[in-house]
Amino acid sequence: MKTYAEINEKIASGSAVVLNAEEVSDYVDRKGLSAAAAEIDVVTTATFGPMCSSGCFLNFGHSIPKIRITEAWIDDVLTYSGLAAVDLFMGASQLRNNDSANMYYPGEFRFGGGHVIEKLVARKELQLFALSYGTDEYPRRELRTMFTIDDLNQAVMVNPRNCYQNYNVATNSSDRPIYTYMGLLKPRMQNLTYSSAGQLSPLLNDPYYDTIGVGSAVWLAGARGHVYSEGTQHTGSVERTENGVPAEGAGTLALTADMKQMRPEFVRGVSLKGYGVSLALGVGVPIPILNEQILQYTTVRDDEIKAELIDYSYDYPMKSGKVIAHLTYGQMKRDEVEVNGKKIEVSSMSSYSKALHIAELLKAEIQSGSFLLSEPLQKLPRNNKSKSMVLREGEGGTVK
Amino acid sequence: MKTQKFLLSFNKQLAEKPIVYHLVKEYDLVINIFRARITADEEGFMVLEVSGTDEHISQGIDFIRNNGVTVNSVEKGLRWDQAVCTHCGNCLPHCPVDALYIVNAATREIAFDSDKCVECLNCIPNCPYGAVTSVF
Repeated sequence: MKTYAEINEKIASGSAVVLNAEEVSDYVDRKGLSAAAAEIDVVTTATFGPMCSSGCFLNFGHSIPKIRITEAWIDDVLTYSGLAAVDLFMGASQLRNNDSANMYYPGEFRFGGGHVIEKLVARKELQLFALSYGTDEYPRRELRTMFTIDDLNQAVMVNPRNCYQNYNVATNSSDRPIYTYMGLLKPRMQNLTYSSAGQLSPLLNDPYYDTIGVGSAVWLAGARGHVYSEGTQHTGSVERTENGVPAEGAGTLALTADMKQMRPEFVRGVSLKGYGVSLALGVGVPIPILNEQILQYTTVRDDEIKAELIDYSYDYPMKSGKVIAHLTYGQMKRDEVEVNGKKIEVSSMSSYSKALHIAELLKAEIQSGSFLLSEPLQKLPRNNKSKSMVLREGEGGTVK
Repeated sequence: MKTQKFLLSFNKQLAEKPIVYHLVKEYDLVINIFRARITADEEGFMVLEVSGTDEHISQGIDFIRNNGVTVNSVEKGLRWDQAVCTHCGNCLPHCPVDALYIVNAATREIAFDSDKCVECLNCIPNCPYGAVTSVF
């Protein structure tokens, strides 16, 4: 048994033993659980992939004369400005003004909020265009200016949802290609797409949220950030296997960090043909090895993580609940997927290579004493369920 | 006998001349055109595979170079930018010839073998990050 304080003392003194969530499995096999738990202080987990539920708050400082912005675009991408005078929110999946979307199906979606966020972190120049109705103390009614992230007072990333604990796998049984956030799915189940770092994924290594909670320190695209809440659609109460792996999508994390400290290679705008734009982010989460059980959970391997194969041509949009098959990440990564006697080609939306790189970068930061852990202020819900939207008629028989 | 692939660029004056024909006629080379295009500026691009003896290939390429064609044996018509690629692997089922492939099974890093590429361009709309682009 160790405490956060003891582990942080070891980190600060540069003597912490840190392994990534891939290498820890073999290490525990060799050393035995008890000896390894005494030795290992931290296991690093990571993921890199698109997450539409991302965005950032930006504060521009005041112009002379001042403006109380009511509508604003950055590089022609609409921001949300229903906030204080020069505070704006940029959402990752917001399209550029005049993007024809899927009018000429499938649309290309070359640029949007995710790309604006990528440019910000890369310290590139962007254009702000803002309008207002003018007030006595904020008389300016329009402005256009170029800026970089260094001109802003604050640029704070918020990820209302990230690190999905066991996401489903997408395929298409229909006779035509379909364009989804899991990429192009060819007809008649020729390919499938998964989106998870599997054995490296943070919440699959802490399946019951023993250490990852509100207030936990995380590595968000190179910046030190933290979990500010359970993520949206967090569902703690799903069915689980013996090692805690949920049978379907379960926990999620809401993350935040200072964008000025982020590294551009881990903040990438995403264009998905026929679907839209998004943002891919790199996240690293350290798991303190407080006891043997916590270590045991981090030894989960790709072959032990099963995900649901879902038909995105019908069952996903119609929420039918039908699962075609259960596939392990080991199976998918070895390209060994056969359903009804037919081989399915495997693609992925998340990058294992980047996730591994992040787990190593975080490991190095902890080993060097520059990244201390923080004890959660509050646990993530273990027993909550997710609701579906129920469409209800208002008075007079209309849906309001 | 060997087979080699080249990216040829023709300027405005050359774009309409049947230069490649001479590779067959004078240098006994088997040619296979993967992709060719004349741009709005009347510049020509062609990705060409030639098969023949070392000597004939070398003489044939010298011939078209001497006629003003820019010959690039390193870069082909498709450019994969390793720095832009996130190694997600979404391209893999969309490359019919495995020119985009997993080079390291443990890390799942992607690599591009331009010699295998048949220039179908299928990867371009299937890369969420714009890591693959066409030279022409």
